[in-house]
Parts: sequence; C-alpha cells; structure tokens
Amino acid sequence: MWKRDEAVRQPAQPAVPTNEAAATAPAAAAQPVRQDTYRSQNARDVVNIGKSVVIKGELNGSEDLTIEGHVEGKIELRDHVLTIGPNGKIKAELFAKAVVVLGEVIGNVSATEKVDIRENGSVEGDITSPRVAIAEGAHFRGSVDMAQKAKQVSSGPRPAEVKSQPAPQPVMQQPQQAQKVG
Amino acid sequence: MLWDLRNKERNEAAAAAAAVSDAGQLIPTKVLRKFLASLTSRESPVLMDLGPVVGSNVTFLGERLGCKIILEDLFADVERYPKGSETPLHEYLKTRLKHMPESVDGILCWNLFDFLDLPSAQVLASALTKILRTDGALLSFFATIGSTDARFSKYVILGDDSVRQRPYSTTGRKQNALPNRDIIRMFEGLKVAESFLLKNNVREFLFRKIPQTQ
Repeated sequence: MWKRDEAVRQPAQPAVPTNEAAATAPAAAAQPVRQDTYRSQNARDVVNIGKSVVIKGELNGSEDLTIEGHVEGKIELRDHVLTIGPNGKIKAELFAKAVVVLGEVIGNVSATEKVDIRENGSVEGDITSPRVAIAEGAHFRGSVDMAQKAKQVSSGPRPAEVKSQPAPQPVMQQPQQAQKVG
Repeated sequence: MLWDLRNKERNEAAAAAAAVSDAGQLIPTKVLRKFLASLTSRESPVLMDLGPVVGSNVTFLGERLGCKIILEDLFADVERYPKGSETPLHEYLKTRLKHMPESVDGILCWNLFDFLDLPSAQVLASALTKILRTDGALLSFFATIGSTDARFSKYVILGDDSVRQRPYSTTGRKQNALPNRDIIRMFEGLKVAESFLLKNNVREFLFRKIPQTQ
C-alpha cells in the first residue's frame, strides 16, 4: 500500500528544481514550467521581447534585453547588454553597454564595451565601440569607429609607456624576399 | 609513451598545415607595415577599406590604430554591376564614393584595380585621390599578368608583414594586368612611396598624397 501511494503522488508534484518553491507556492504548482522560466529569467535579469511584438518609439531600460520582435525608433540600455535575436528586426539607433546582433539592424549602433555581429547577423549603419567583432558570414555595411579605445589609452596614467608597447602580432611566416620595382 | 606524444604532435601540426593551405594563400607584404606606420602617428585616423568585410581585419586595424574604418565593398558593387549596362561602370564609379574631399587618411584597395577596365580604374583612382588627405597613404596590389581566374579575394591581415588571400566565388570578371606606367598616371596627385614585386608576381604599391603646393 505504501509503495502504491508514493507512485500515485509523484507525478502530481510540480517540476520545480527546489523544494522550497514547491512548498511555498501551491498556486504556482498549477503552472510549474512558466513559473520556472520566469524565475530563471529574473535571476539573470534578462527581458525578452517576443517575435510577435512590434514597438515604435523609444525603449529605455536598466536590465539586459533580448529582442526577437520588431522595433523602430531608439533603444537605450546604457549599462546593460542588448541582444537582437535571430528573428529580431530593428530600425533604430541603439545605445548599450554591449550589443549582440544575430538578427537585422538598420541604424547606428553605439556600445561602451563591445559590438558583436554574429554569423547571419546583419547591420547597416555606423558602429561606435571600443571593441567590434564581425563573424564570418555576417553582413555589415557602414563604418566602424573604435577611436574611443585609443582615446582611453592616451588619457591613461602612463601614455608614453603604452605607446611604446609593440602591438600583439600573431605568429607568422617570414615574408618572401622581394625585389624593389624600378 | 613519448614516441606516441611526438607522433600526435606531428599529426596535429600536419593537420594544422593542411587547414592553413585550404584556408588560402599566404602572401608576404612589404608595404602593409609602412602603410600602418603612416597612420600610427595620426590621432584617430580615418581608414577606408574597399574590400569585402573581414571581421578580423576590422578588429586588427581598429585595435591597432584606434581608427574609424569606412567599409566600402566595391568588389560587391563591381560584381553586381550588370555587364552590358547602358551606363558604363566608370560612370557609376564617378558618383559611387560620396565622401568629402581630403577626409580619409588611408585607403586599402587590395587588388580591386585588377578587375576594372582602364576607364573605370582611372575614374576610381582620381576619386580616391580626391578623398585622400594630404600625406595620406593608399595601398594597392596589382597583378603582373592577366589571369583567367576571375575570382575575387578576401585579404585577411595576419600581421604587419603578411596577409592571407582567400578567393571566394563570384560571377566572374576578367583579371587585367595594368602596366606600371598606367598605374602611375592613374594616380596623378599621388607619389609612389614604395613599390615591390613579390615572388608570387604581385606588385604592391604604397602611394602617398603630396601637398598641392609641390
């Protein structure tokens, strides 16, 4: 009998990872998956804008944001990461700490840390960021301004030392001998 | 045990070498170093790259020079331009680059001129001369012999002294070989600062824009 009871009860328990959550929220047990997703998103402080969402106007925020929908206007997440998902279509000026593009962006992109255009990502506009990565297979049309980094370096405590450091170079073969033309 | 390790290392090295040869041809360059050096002394220089977008080049040039890089993939334009169009390519190229005169410190042409007919090459050369700042630098490669290999190439910068030439598929255009005389005439207003003939029969030129008073 004891064994049979256990077998009946087990499937009825919510599929949440912690015992604490199961004990404190009997109502939440009705929608365990949704609750779990919400909790994990909150933990990472990431908000998603879904595929079917269309936003026209200005978007400001103070948490990481992933956009899968359409946005026209301006997006500003000064201290956070903005991710344009594979389904995201953006016609806007973007300002963020870091911008990751897997979808389509038409408009200028400014990041205080990094802009990362992944494979199949597309950007048509000017990028301003100290670090820029454009993956093979990405589409980019515009200009890249990485001058910030140089400015930061030159305003550092010992500019002379920084200047004198040789730039890192990958290991390479010695060049072939060349003849000087005329 | 040691023997196995050495064998493994050798196999890995061979695999790496094979991967490298598949990835394209390594081309030593004499003028890239000088081109970069000419821009290093400038504060926040503006660089124009006429080749297809290569992410690692953007990273290399941006981090090395702290510059603004304008990416103008003219190879794509040349490829897409319909052959036999009523408006010839050189007419299109006259208005293609809409940058202010004297607004760019350095221009990377790669081997674009090999795929242009002489009128188009002349139009583009004078447009580039116009937008280049005084004492600015222009780097270009020229083939020494015409070729039936009509594939365009991506040039991946590996360092100051070498680039990797990676052909990529295109609809195909005849590759010309312009004589030195025509090259020098095309870039009227620029002087040849450096030119080398490499063992792989590529001529590389570094032009500098001379002050107008001279």
